[in-house]
Amino acid sequence: MTDNPLVQDFATDWDHSDPQWVADPYPIWDDLRQRCPVAHTDRYGGGWFPSTHAGVAAIAKDTKNFTSRNVVIGNGRPTELDLPAPIGVAPPITSDPPFHALARKLILPAFAPRPINALEPMIRELCSSLLDGLSGEDIVNAGTKYAQYIPPGVIRGMLGFPEGDIEYFLELVHIIMEGVDHPEEERIIEFEPVEKYFVAQMEDHIDNPRDDLTSYLLKAELDGQKLAMEHVFGTMVLILVAGIDTTWSAIGAAIWHLAQNPDDLARLVAEPDLMPVAIEEFLRFYAPVTMARLVKHDMEYQGCPMKQDDWILLGFPAANRDPVAFKDADTFIIDRAENRHVAFGLGIHRCAGSNLARLEMRVALEEFIKRYPRFELADPPAVTWAPGQIRGPRNLPIRILR
Amino acid sequence: MKVRIDPEICQGQGRCFSIAPGIFDFDDLGNGVVIGDGTLTSDSIEQARLAQLNCPEHAIFIEE
Repeated sequence: MTDNPLVQDFATDWDHSDPQWVADPYPIWDDLRQRCPVAHTDRYGGGWFPSTHAGVAAIAKDTKNFTSRNVVIGNGRPTELDLPAPIGVAPPITSDPPFHALARKLILPAFAPRPINALEPMIRELCSSLLDGLSGEDIVNAGTKYAQYIPPGVIRGMLGFPEGDIEYFLELVHIIMEGVDHPEEERIIEFEPVEKYFVAQMEDHIDNPRDDLTSYLLKAELDGQKLAMEHVFGTMVLILVAGIDTTWSAIGAAIWHLAQNPDDLARLVAEPDLMPVAIEEFLRFYAPVTMARLVKHDMEYQGCPMKQDDWILLGFPAANRDPVAFKDADTFIIDRAENRHVAFGLGIHRCAGSNLARLEMRVALEEFIKRYPRFELADPPAVTWAPGQIRGPRNLPIRILR
Repeated sequence: MKVRIDPEICQGQGRCFSIAPGIFDFDDLGNGVVIGDGTLTSDSIEQARLAQLNCPEHAIFIEE
């Protein structure tokens, strides 16, 4: 949470860390869509927020007028340090064409359906053992004791880091998540233990190559050259940053929904085949991720006087609630058959981990409802939501009904 | 009737091959591809249309 003054009018002064936005952004977005489809703010050095599906889609696909050099809104306008174009600090998410395609092709095969589907037994075992650890308790924290642990556990397994290191790995993940938006000189110091451990793991993989993501990245070639260790390390950090609180939020939001909608929960328990369709509706209705862009040059765009280096906050979750694009957009329909949601973004930056995220959501929910076919929120006001660009429940006490 | 995916538009959102695995498959990058020549039967046309209606990128085309 920031110390910014409370927002009075989101059309002219939006702030994605404002308590009202953090607690319940949907009424704000509904209002903006009708009144001011591209909202402005002078905060963060100045930026724009499109809230319609059409507005979000147009900018997401427009790499001529907008750059991805920085996708997380900072405290002011970007500086030279933030703009190492065209590659960016964390390729491919911070890359623009044409380099983007090269960096993306490098990682996509590792996240394609075939290798990802092979992870299902490992993910199921992880979820099942987390639930074993909670057995016998009447109130379980589905946020801090379940959803939070699933993505890092899965990524540890994908990277092929030792299972026995999980506690230390979680500590390192915490350092990364806390430090990712700190100034570079602080981050370098904070990341020292992370780098030390990751380099030791990479060296072990060089000596003993195996069938995992670390060996894959170490073998990968760009322009006929193997990647530098720093590039592999950077990619691993990106995978952790992009793959953890996002999926954790999506799993948590789905459990939060089911805890308050017993009919939906009962249907999923009774009709397991409905799960993939339900997952898409969870993704539409509770899309956790908004991503930023920067305006490339001064221009009038969608009727707005945009200036070079203004931020754009791409409201994918707002697009998913646009009644122009979705019938009954503000109603959660667990068996919604037509669902062109944009939870994973649109265009060349489509979330590279989307197959993994869906698999983790499906297995996490299947295992949770298998273990607990009936549950409710234990303390609704105690549920807290993460502020900023990734939205999901953090504290999520659930009462198990027997 | 035939179905095709425009590879310039497809971004690998993964909806088509989940909804209609008999009609669509994926390549090594995870992008959608049509199985065979894309000819649809009276049985498969519904599924192809459903996949089309779920493609966020509007990359699926069904043509006479």
